[in-house]
Amino acid sequence: MVLFLLFFALPIGYAGYLSLRKVEIKGLGLGHGARQEVWAGLANYTDALTDSELLDGALRVLGYGAIVVPVMLGLALVLALLLDTDRIRLASFSRLAIFLPYAIPGVVAALLWGFLYLPAVSPFAYLLEGVGLSQPDLLDGAPLYGALANIAVWGGTGFNMIVIYTSLRAIPVEVYEAARLDGCTPLQIALRIKIPMVAPSLVLTFFFSIIATLQVFAEPTTLKPLTNSVSTTWSPLMKVYQDAFVKGDIHAAAAEAVLIAAATLLLSFGFLRLANSRTKQGASQ
Amino acid sequence: MTAVAVRKSAPAAGSTPGTAQGPPRRPRRSRAGLLPSAALLLGAAYCLLPVIWVVVAATKGSDELFSTFTFLPGTGFADNLGDLTAYRDGVFWQWMVNSGFYAGCGALLSTAVSAVSGYALAMYRFRGREALFNILLAGVLMPPVILAVPQYLLLAKVELTDSYLSVLLPLILSPYGVYLARIYAAAAVPADVVEAARMDGAGEWRIFTRIGLPMMVPGLVTVFLFQFTAIWNNFLLPYIMLGDDEKFPITLGLFTLLAQGSNQPSLYTLVITGALLAVVPLIALFLVVQRFWSLDLLSGAVKS
Repeated sequence: MVLFLLFFALPIGYAGYLSLRKVEIKGLGLGHGARQEVWAGLANYTDALTDSELLDGALRVLGYGAIVVPVMLGLALVLALLLDTDRIRLASFSRLAIFLPYAIPGVVAALLWGFLYLPAVSPFAYLLEGVGLSQPDLLDGAPLYGALANIAVWGGTGFNMIVIYTSLRAIPVEVYEAARLDGCTPLQIALRIKIPMVAPSLVLTFFFSIIATLQVFAEPTTLKPLTNSVSTTWSPLMKVYQDAFVKGDIHAAAAEAVLIAAATLLLSFGFLRLANSRTKQGASQ
Repeated sequence: MTAVAVRKSAPAAGSTPGTAQGPPRRPRRSRAGLLPSAALLLGAAYCLLPVIWVVVAATKGSDELFSTFTFLPGTGFADNLGDLTAYRDGVFWQWMVNSGFYAGCGALLSTAVSAVSGYALAMYRFRGREALFNILLAGVLMPPVILAVPQYLLLAKVELTDSYLSVLLPLILSPYGVYLARIYAAAAVPADVVEAARMDGAGEWRIFTRIGLPMMVPGLVTVFLFQFTAIWNNFLLPYIMLGDDEKFPITLGLFTLLAQGSNQPSLYTLVITGALLAVVPLIALFLVVQRFWSLDLLSGAVKS
């Protein structure tokens, strides 16, 4: 019984810890400063919502996410399906190599690609020069989104591929045998059987990718020294950092953090509901 | 269709390249696997490209870095290594040690906490269990940013910021780790075995350490690896918490080095060599323990 209480009390303690953190945020968001206890009401939130820097950052990140999430998960799905086909050569080598970027910190990934984007180092610039062309500046204007998205895609594809691949492996072989007996081609099997059967894990990878993407921080921060076009408030999270620790306005930063979290959860749960209703529709058809 | 059910053996055959080809009397089928293999290798090449580059670039001296072809090895690896070690009296190695400390201790502690609470959540029925689990689930989904700022403020109140503890403490409780541990405990530890042990008069703690824990080991290895990687790769938390660069983990250290490099381009070679060295331990860890990864846990987590 004592141990039961211990097991019981311990998680409650964590829960208390968690809820404490939440309460802290709300209190701060509403302006309970340590020195000046001024009731700010929703002022911080209205400030944040009308702050053009934050909104611009949000738009930038949405644009960035619109590239990253579909490309990364599309690639992950295709690679997982390929891995799951018969007679693949060097399969475990490929699997390991594609998974490898997961082990590389975002900062280092951004650093490596950042150098590879620089015309003086880039192999692509070298090749283009060979045919008399010059490489466009990848770290400015629209290509910057592609450059940043590439880093995220590179880092995330392998992990998502493994998640999808593992659930592909869980499909019983008999299903395929039946399909083959009915005359399905491998492509048909992939499209009609495999993809619908791994739909739940696809939904989940989408869900986590959205959350991760909207909070991009390390990569643009790392690229900042290499280019002038990444501002200190490029992503909303960078803006939070800027407000909290450079400007020292923790109340504004807390309100912004709450807003980002709310927006993230709204978007990802919105997607989840959409996906759920789709699957139900599909099932009833 | 000539295809037979060789599906499950195909990936295993791939691990020994020499035997991966189909039987020679059926060349048609082995050609069919060629295109997917090539596509996969292309993907692998894309993923390896920056890694190969950093290996090559780390051998270049600062005069060679921007002047020679990207994948042409240079001659300055030993010099780079020496410069890096000499940089600010070996602060780089201090960063590596710090990262190892944060990741090692943090992952160990949070795996232990995850094991105990995951086991408790899976094995005991008590009031508020579901509520607790839902709070945990919310924790998994909670963006870390919303925690980082208040964590800093809370720790500032007890004057713990800019210390080793400030990076370690917030990482000990990992909702994701607890979540995985609960799923694994529920799947791996049969309730009737626990019941039988209880009948035999074993105490709850004894049941946990003697029966539950050994059964959970494969799952806990996965949790440990997840945590280790997450902490080693973490940037935001130390970036917020730490000011003294003696306590920096490697990610933060490399970042400051790169930021200084925009004024002193000669530091770039140090950054690149440092990046290579920062990646080596994790890759080595993955290669060594990949056999113990319980990847089914991932899809198990996905399914529920």
